Amino acid sequence: MRLIDGFRQPRAAAALTAELAELGTALGARQVKLMEVCGSHTMAIARHGLKDLLPPNVRLVSGPGCPVCVTDPGYVDAALAIAERGAAVATFGDMLRVPGSRGSLADARADGADVRVFYSPVQVLDWAAADRGRPWVVLAVGFETTAAPLAALALEIRRRGCDNVTLLTATKTVPPALDALVTDPALSIDGFLCPAHVSAIIGARAYLPYAEEHGRACVVAGFEPLDVLDGVRALLTQLLRGEPRVDNRYERVVRWDGNPAAQRAIARVFRTVDAPWRGLGVIPGSGLALADDLSDLDASLRFELPVTPGRVNPACRCGDVLKGVIDPEGCRLFGAPCTPDRPFGPCMVSSEGSCAAAWRYRRSTQ
Amino acid sequence: MSRITLAHGGGGRASRHLIEHEIAHRFASGPLEGLPDAATLSAPCTGLVFSTDSFVVQPLEFPGGNIGHLAVHGTVNDVAVAGGRPLWLSLGLILEEGLPLELLRRVLDAVAAAARACDVQIVTGDTKVVPRGQCDGMYLNTAGVGAVLPTLALDRRRLAVGDRVLVSGTLGDHGMAVMCAREGFELANAPRSDTGPVHRLVMAAAACGDGIRFMRDPTRGGLAAVLDEIVDGLAVGVRLDEGHLPFSAPARAVAELLGVDLLHVASEGRVMAVCSPEVAPEVLHAWRALPEGHGAMDVGEVVAEPASVTLATLAGGRRIVDVPLGELLPRIC
Ligand code: SF4
Repeated sequence: MRLIDGFRQPRAAAALTAELAELGTALGARQVKLMEVCGSHTMAIARHGLKDLLPPNVRLVSGPGCPVCVTDPGYVDAALAIAERGAAVATFGDMLRVPGSRGSLADARADGADVRVFYSPVQVLDWAAADRGRPWVVLAVGFETTAAPLAALALEIRRRGCDNVTLLTATKTVPPALDALVTDPALSIDGFLCPAHVSAIIGARAYLPYAEEHGRACVVAGFEPLDVLDGVRALLTQLLRGEPRVDNRYERVVRWDGNPAAQRAIARVFRTVDAPWRGLGVIPGSGLALADDLSDLDASLRFELPVTPGRVNPACRCGDVLKGVIDPEGCRLFGAPCTPDRPFGPCMVSSEGSCAAAWRYRRSTQ
Repeated sequence: MSRITLAHGGGGRASRHLIEHEIAHRFASGPLEGLPDAATLSAPCTGLVFSTDSFVVQPLEFPGGNIGHLAVHGTVNDVAVAGGRPLWLSLGLILEEGLPLELLRRVLDAVAAAARACDVQIVTGDTKVVPRGQCDGMYLNTAGVGAVLPTLALDRRRLAVGDRVLVSGTLGDHGMAVMCAREGFELANAPRSDTGPVHRLVMAAAACGDGIRFMRDPTRGGLAAVLDEIVDGLAVGVRLDEGHLPFSAPARAVAELLGVDLLHVASEGRVMAVCSPEVAPEVLHAWRALPEGHGAMDVGEVVAEPASVTLATLAGGRRIVDVPLGELLPRIC
């Protein structure tokens, strides 16, 4: 894996850190707030201790880009209700411990529900084919990166005629959430570190409006420590020049126009709907539901179980964390009593959640 | 007969046939032939180390080994890192009705070969058969007895600031190999389990006397869990150096793909030692001279930070090494 080693060269990191310090000085008294939109960036920043390397006047805050974190508890409730009716529920591992209004899928599994974890959604087809007598429900949670394989799954279900497999969709798209963030006057975000994998699907072009209409610096960056540091450098350089634009620094993976085949598959399988985001409320056009001609694959129709808003713990401030209003440490529950072992909100559960990242990697090094 | 049936556990002729023809002859000879219900042994020393472990890994076979290797290495290693030279093992088999006999033979061959390679004798055993559906193919249990190595005085409370943390080779290969095998990932360059004995490494370190403060094998929960346990309640902590942590390329590739931290992943043939800075080079040299220790590295040091385990990252930052939550890799050993 030369790729990985190549991008973690300590000397290059030290040089970048020195440059960041200079840029920080050049910004003078200006306080800069940058948002890493995507949960994988949040985790990379925490795992490599990158916040230590930023100038003191540059703050990196987490955004709404952790799919599990923004999923409404009502969705977990619906999944639990489906499991109670005897269906096998298949999910990405991250969803397992997310609390709904009354417990998590992991709790349900301990009580005997059949909850399976997959790495790739197509695994479910084999499991379901070997178990034809029972309904199988795939929890379709994620952003564009996940929407593409889920679209492939839906088409494959149709092709193979696996009529015992359905999808419970809470799939979302990133740009509408960014629209909500840039138009909220209470949030003053100077620039976005744009997601890596999502951008591989939607293309760097998707961020043009935030640069051109809203004057925010936008940089697409990868997940390696040097990628992130380089991304921050590019953001600060834009801010110093006062020329916001979209800078794609992750060209080895992300193209300007994205992945047209994946975009077509998503457009074929899904239609856009208004969707609730935990902490951000309902964002118009941000959800992906199954297209009308695939609605027979929709678990909530099959089980006649509409997904309704769930109850959130009112003391949990995941919403403010996801908008970059507070750091996780700013939540009263952080660390006591809320920890990854006993999470109060999804930001503490998901391996990409900002509260989990702060708790796992930062709590006493500061 | 190609599969295990309930009759094999019934205590009658089928049971005897299974034990005599498939199990016992692979192991002890002489007075212990036939694996008696209890073995009478004379200890060559006064202090004994005694340990037991059960093995429920799925799948039963994986790249680099099978449940039989693990059952021997797991207990041999537990005895070794407690400061013992492993001598004897017991072997308990719980077999599921329908288990292919060929598979059982491969596992028993692995037990026999691993025991031979570790210089331990299987001296007593037991076999049970349970109805289909009551266990996943087979479960094994081994208990082990070893002789105390007199030169070692292992006690984690002896950790002192400046001590070095050594590991005997790449970390996390076993856990990643089992995970890939279980999930059916088809990879060109799949990780292989590192399952193997560490007692020779322990004995090599023992030659350095009380400069060795503590040893453990980083199995379930990986190096992170072991270090966290070691520093718990102490006035000192450990700082690892990311640049020196040894990982194999295949394990690293899979871990990157799945977002797994290899510090959380089990090894089954590695040992971690904390030792004084004076003896560290000597231990590393002795380890690297053994085939099972050729990848040994000095990966960190004991620092004056109470009960903390941190990582100095290659990028120049610093972070906590957290304890795994335990759900990532169920049943890997
Ligand atoms: S610390 Fe816990 S309760 Fe507070 S915002 Fe994060 S997840 Fe919610």
